[in-house]
Amino acid sequence: MTKIFFPKIKATITNYQLLSAILCTFILALTIDSQVFAQGTTPTDDEVNKIAKQLYCPVCESTPLDVCPTEACRQWRDLIREMLTQGKSETEIKQYFVEHYGPQVLNEPPNRLVTYIVPIAAFLLGAFMLFRGFQAWKKPIATQSALMEKARADDRKNGRKGISPIQDPYIAKLEEELKKRS
Amino acid sequence: MIANLGYGILTVTFLVTLYSAFAAIYGESKKIPAMVESARRAMLLTWPLLTLTAAILIYLLVNNHFEVQFVYEVTSRSMPTYLKVTAWWGGQAGSLLFWSWLMSAFASLVTLRKWDRDREFLPWVIFVACITMSFFIGMNVFFENPFAQLYQNQTTAAIAPHTFQPANSILYIAPDGRGLNPLLRHPGMVIHPPMLYLGFVSFVMPYAFAIAALITGRTDDRWIRLTRRWALWAWLFLSFGLVLGGRWAYDVLGWGGYWGWDPVEIAAFMPWLTGTAFLHSVMIQEKRGMLKHWNMLLIILTYDLVIFGTFLTRSGVLSSVHAFAQSAIGPLFMGFVSLTLMGSVALIIYRWDSLKAETEMTSLLSREALFLLNNLMFISILVVCFWGVIFPLISELFTGQKVTVGPPFYERATGPLFAALMLLMGIAPLSAWGHSTVRTLGRAIWKPTVVAVVITVAIFLTYTHNVYALIGFFLVAFVILVTLYEYWRGANARQKTQKENIFTALWNLTARNRRRYGGYIIHLSMMLMAIGILGIELFQVETQGTLEINQQTSVGGYDVIYQDIARFPGPDGREVTRAVVSVYKGSEYLGELHPRIDYYFDAQQTMTIPGQRSTLKDDIYVLLVNWEPASATGATFKIYINPLVNWLWLGSLLFLVGIVIAAWPEKDPEPVTVRASRTVQQTSAAD
Repeated sequence: MTKIFFPKIKATITNYQLLSAILCTFILALTIDSQVFAQGTTPTDDEVNKIAKQLYCPVCESTPLDVCPTEACRQWRDLIREMLTQGKSETEIKQYFVEHYGPQVLNEPPNRLVTYIVPIAAFLLGAFMLFRGFQAWKKPIATQSALMEKARADDRKNGRKGISPIQDPYIAKLEEELKKRS
Repeated sequence: MIANLGYGILTVTFLVTLYSAFAAIYGESKKIPAMVESARRAMLLTWPLLTLTAAILIYLLVNNHFEVQFVYEVTSRSMPTYLKVTAWWGGQAGSLLFWSWLMSAFASLVTLRKWDRDREFLPWVIFVACITMSFFIGMNVFFENPFAQLYQNQTTAAIAPHTFQPANSILYIAPDGRGLNPLLRHPGMVIHPPMLYLGFVSFVMPYAFAIAALITGRTDDRWIRLTRRWALWAWLFLSFGLVLGGRWAYDVLGWGGYWGWDPVEIAAFMPWLTGTAFLHSVMIQEKRGMLKHWNMLLIILTYDLVIFGTFLTRSGVLSSVHAFAQSAIGPLFMGFVSLTLMGSVALIIYRWDSLKAETEMTSLLSREALFLLNNLMFISILVVCFWGVIFPLISELFTGQKVTVGPPFYERATGPLFAALMLLMGIAPLSAWGHSTVRTLGRAIWKPTVVAVVITVAIFLTYTHNVYALIGFFLVAFVILVTLYEYWRGANARQKTQKENIFTALWNLTARNRRRYGGYIIHLSMMLMAIGILGIELFQVETQGTLEINQQTSVGGYDVIYQDIARFPGPDGREVTRAVVSVYKGSEYLGELHPRIDYYFDAQQTMTIPGQRSTLKDDIYVLLVNWEPASATGATFKIYINPLVNWLWLGSLLFLVGIVIAAWPEKDPEPVTVRASRTVQQTSAAD
């Protein structure tokens, strides 16, 4: 019994390993990118799917190319295999698909910044509004604290002991509301 | 003939809903109670009328009336009867009727409640419900008639659907139908759409009450108290519909996952987000008399996202596996969404002053402040989803460039927001309404935090070094510990004060405050789901290759041996190609799996059904990708190892338990909550 293909592990790696892997891949890509498959080695299905996963079926929208069961997609996967055999890199293959079928074959818009800027701006705006809301809500409490502080100062000045009615939070609140109405 | 009868009843129902809507407001404005009562009875009548219409459609579907266009499009002679019935919601026209039918059930039900204390709401609730229904029924009457029949022009021989027989034409009866989309021929499809639609339509009721409150000026929290159970049930149906959709995708779509960030999935997810935010934020209004504008806005958004979601699925504006066809109803849906949104927001502005908060925020760490942060996260996720869905349309409109916004965008943009939500889910139950300080919160939080850190270190040492996974597992552990701690704290208090044993204490604790402790069970279930999501998203392993008979491949610690394959005719007009593979883990034989490809002759479409073996640790999920009988190169298989995914399904079952507890009707009359905040006193966390 022979093992004919190997699993592709998605993410059981640390960031450090990831960085090293990216660097190694980059160096390898520079040196042997066009040699690996040029020697006639047939790329495995996993190598084809790795690229197909990042592409969307140009016909049946919302379906990634690696899982699309249609005959057209099977042919596109064969095309990826053929291009890999010819020694084309992942970027070149993706570029080929974009040129032939438009940017909608990519699983993300080419200009990523535009996609991310609106949600980030909305979040920041929401956070800012909430922050302002908190400040506005806290103001009456600040007024109330100032009132209580003033009452304590008055008590000290007049030599009174015990709790002044204004130090009672309920009365303080009542006083404040009466002031608003007057 | 019978199709014409169906169309006739549908048209009558449309007129009844219009009559009901306008009689209600006319009766209200002219102070004629009999008129309002007449409107109420008219609304009560919509359900029997639509049930009759639906029964006629089902009769046509089950009895192969292929002269009816809808029947011709969604059924075929070879389909089993139960699928012919569920084909009702398997196409555009039928699913719109299904929506209206469910809506009418809720509308009729709401007319039967006791209105004595809320008589002033009644005309406006009738108005909103009936206008919504008349819009949907109007779609069927004028644009998507499920009873339209096929007629052949005697001169040109052209066949076209018509509501009424055109001159110089004869009825055309096709020998067989095209059959239901094979993707929809699955038991999951029997329950998934009804659940989702139930969730959609039941959110209309809280909206109707909110609008009634705005119009009548009775803007206290009465409308919330009247509708919170509606909202919980609506949320139950919507949530369960989403989960069932995920399970259906996992079992049927053959991509090894449960959620693909497809625009139509997102369309159903968006009202869920605002609905969930609403369920949390209404508590602030109930306890503290705050956020009245915000709650109104959330329920309005939920309602309009429901309509928008239906528009996305029905109009075909976004092509996906769910969208049936391009249709003329798109602009009308957009018009309806815009009108209702603008009208509702105008009403909020009109009532702005009477919706002012009764108390102020006293602490940034109070429960209400944390709930507000929770709302910020939900709304931010909503913005991500909404933007992701409409961005391709905007791009095409303004730059002419078609683009796809796929899972990487959603995963990156929502990941941190979901993490923040989990953190809040852990902290908020420990904070107090009204007032919390760093010291009080810190005192409650440090124990669960320490234990969660210990668990995370154990996971680091034994399972994974992945940073994202460790953050995720820490948050899961933290939330679970806090929730269990809250349960223990409550039960312990009851044990001491009521002298109950631990089980009775837990039971009574939950029974006395169903919404709170049902909510905690929901939090726990969400964390079980999070374990499943972390597992499949971060640790999924896959491989694909072609095997000869008796050849083996290995993936994720499993050995899979290809044993046999056969092709044979199956029921329901399909040809089945079924492989047999044996699965081993080391030397242990685990059993056989049967991945298969079904080819449906009527729809000329294939389905890839996986062979699965599930455990709590992981799923092995084998797909037969390709097999050509003439070829000698063997069969191609794709194998996924999906770690921890079963926790997702377990979590959804626990979720169901939690929400049923939370939404179960109370026997006793509603207790009157006195707002402690009015005296600016510090309240305890155990409210």
